[in-house]
Amino acid sequence: MSAPHAPVSPSASATRKSAPAAGTTPGTAQGPPLRRRIALVPTAALLLGALYCLLPVLWVVIAATKSGSELFSTFTFWPGTGFTQNVKDLSAYRDGVYWQWMANSAFYAGIGALLSTAVSAISGYALAIYRFRGRETVFNVLMAGVLMPPVILAVPQYLLLAKADLTDSYASVLLPLILSPYGVYLARIYAAAAVPADVVEAGRMDGASEWRIFLRVALPMMVPGLVTVFLFQFVAIWNNFLLPYIMLSDDEKFPITLGLFTLLEQGSNTPALYTLVITGALLAVVPLIALFLVIQRFWSLDLLSGAVKS
Amino acid sequence: MTKARRQSYGAKGAPYGFLLPAGILFALFFVLPIGYALWLSLHKVEVKGLGLGKGARSEVWAGLTNYADALTESELLAGALRVLGYGAIVIPVMLGLALLFALLLDTERVRLAPFTRLAIFLPYAIPGVVAALLWGFLYLPDVSPFYYVLDKLGMPQPDLLDGGPLYLALSNIAVWGGTGFNMIVIYTSLRAIPAEVYEAAKLDGCSPLQIALRIKIPMVAPSLVLTFFFSIIATLQVFSEPTTLKPLTNSVSTTWSPLMKVYQDAFGKGDLYSAAAEAVLIAVVTLAASFGFLRAANSRTRQGNAR
Repeated sequence: MSAPHAPVSPSASATRKSAPAAGTTPGTAQGPPLRRRIALVPTAALLLGALYCLLPVLWVVIAATKSGSELFSTFTFWPGTGFTQNVKDLSAYRDGVYWQWMANSAFYAGIGALLSTAVSAISGYALAIYRFRGRETVFNVLMAGVLMPPVILAVPQYLLLAKADLTDSYASVLLPLILSPYGVYLARIYAAAAVPADVVEAGRMDGASEWRIFLRVALPMMVPGLVTVFLFQFVAIWNNFLLPYIMLSDDEKFPITLGLFTLLEQGSNTPALYTLVITGALLAVVPLIALFLVIQRFWSLDLLSGAVKS
Repeated sequence: MTKARRQSYGAKGAPYGFLLPAGILFALFFVLPIGYALWLSLHKVEVKGLGLGKGARSEVWAGLTNYADALTESELLAGALRVLGYGAIVIPVMLGLALLFALLLDTERVRLAPFTRLAIFLPYAIPGVVAALLWGFLYLPDVSPFYYVLDKLGMPQPDLLDGGPLYLALSNIAVWGGTGFNMIVIYTSLRAIPAEVYEAAKLDGCSPLQIALRIKIPMVAPSLVLTFFFSIIATLQVFSEPTTLKPLTNSVSTTWSPLMKVYQDAFGKGDLYSAAAEAVLIAVVTLAASFGFLRAANSRTRQGNAR
């Protein structure tokens, strides 16, 4: 998650003169410098923040090990004995529909993010490299798309797709998400920073077509930024709820978010399903957390703040 | 610049060709639905006779009556107020924490920074539905560790899923899910500040707190504007968290937030025309709020530069 393009901050340099923490040791600002090795209060505050963020995850890990009766009877942070049984029950629930939901989510997020990144890349490149009539208009109109509440789009999208006989299909969840204004915005920033105009010009001198210059010259330069766009889209589509909620009625096509929601809805009538919901929630977050831990190094998060070094 | 302008005809057409896929998708999935929503919002169904048989139900021009109905409907307004209250908690707390954590991560000699940074960012990877579901269980007296502790201490156990505490419960989910992402955006732009700036300030005798307040925060102002902007949009569109909590409590109605009301009218009641008018109103408010905010932010920075 470190920012590869950002310059090293002064915290790395070996200055040992200032007070240990910002605003934590009143009176030391003008007084003699404290020679402590660790900035205690900031570290403690950050650990507190980390604990707050990890607590629900820790809870679901433990709760998933409990059998139905243990869930309501034993101390919440004491592991139970029912994990394998819970996974078995979850897998057996309606002939393994849970794993179908997971596969659907992987499909929607994987294919959707790939297509979305491709469209973002080519649009962002065009908006960053070329000077053409209507460029700013095109960009501004696209950006206005970010502001559109999903529901103003989703309800008429549903009706229009219904007319095309496409609702309740994989396409109905996939197609509306391919164009992402934010993805285009990120790709444009990155193309402007990573693809020098001279290189494009040199390609033209060599007689390469514009398409070939994009594919062979610019695209490889844009890869680090496009990884970020892909991951951003992947997470956004994986986490999406409203669109599938509106579009789908056949639960064989549900993504995991919608599947878990329907499970919870049924669970509120039959608390026996609570253990399934909890185990399902745990298994649903594992792939995304794993994905995060594995590829966090490739994120160029400075892109998200628009702070790309040119 | 002059060189770049000397392009072949192929090069002149190229950007339009490259933007074609985005253009087609934009027309199909943005322009067309918005146009359709506007059209729907200005129409209504007129039923002739018993409403049976072909041609008995027809769409007729309704003018602005759907909008007038939506604006005078108490439930939509109540939902807007609920979301306003929710946003008044979420946005300051979430962005305040994000800024605080980003500044702390950027503090000298802080330990375990990579671990805490990753841990605080982690909830971003967890879908809103799953986050609401996890916290929903943590709010349930029967399974929650908090209630267990309160019980052992002999303290009163508040009902987190009702009345005022419900706002805190919902806000907490959004804060939990959003702080890490905003922290990373702010932290990344903090790291982009050149080291010389701090060294100069230190030579002038600035304390770390002064550096944070006078140098770091003003220099990351663009990131703060960006995070504010996205937080406002996200807050106005809250849908999945209250919808997920709904099965766990009776206090979240099907029309708790304006978006839920639109969904309810469109698919629960089947009144697409009112739903479309409400959706258009929400979009107008969102656009006005976003542009108003950007405008205010821009004029503030301009003033700042002039000083």
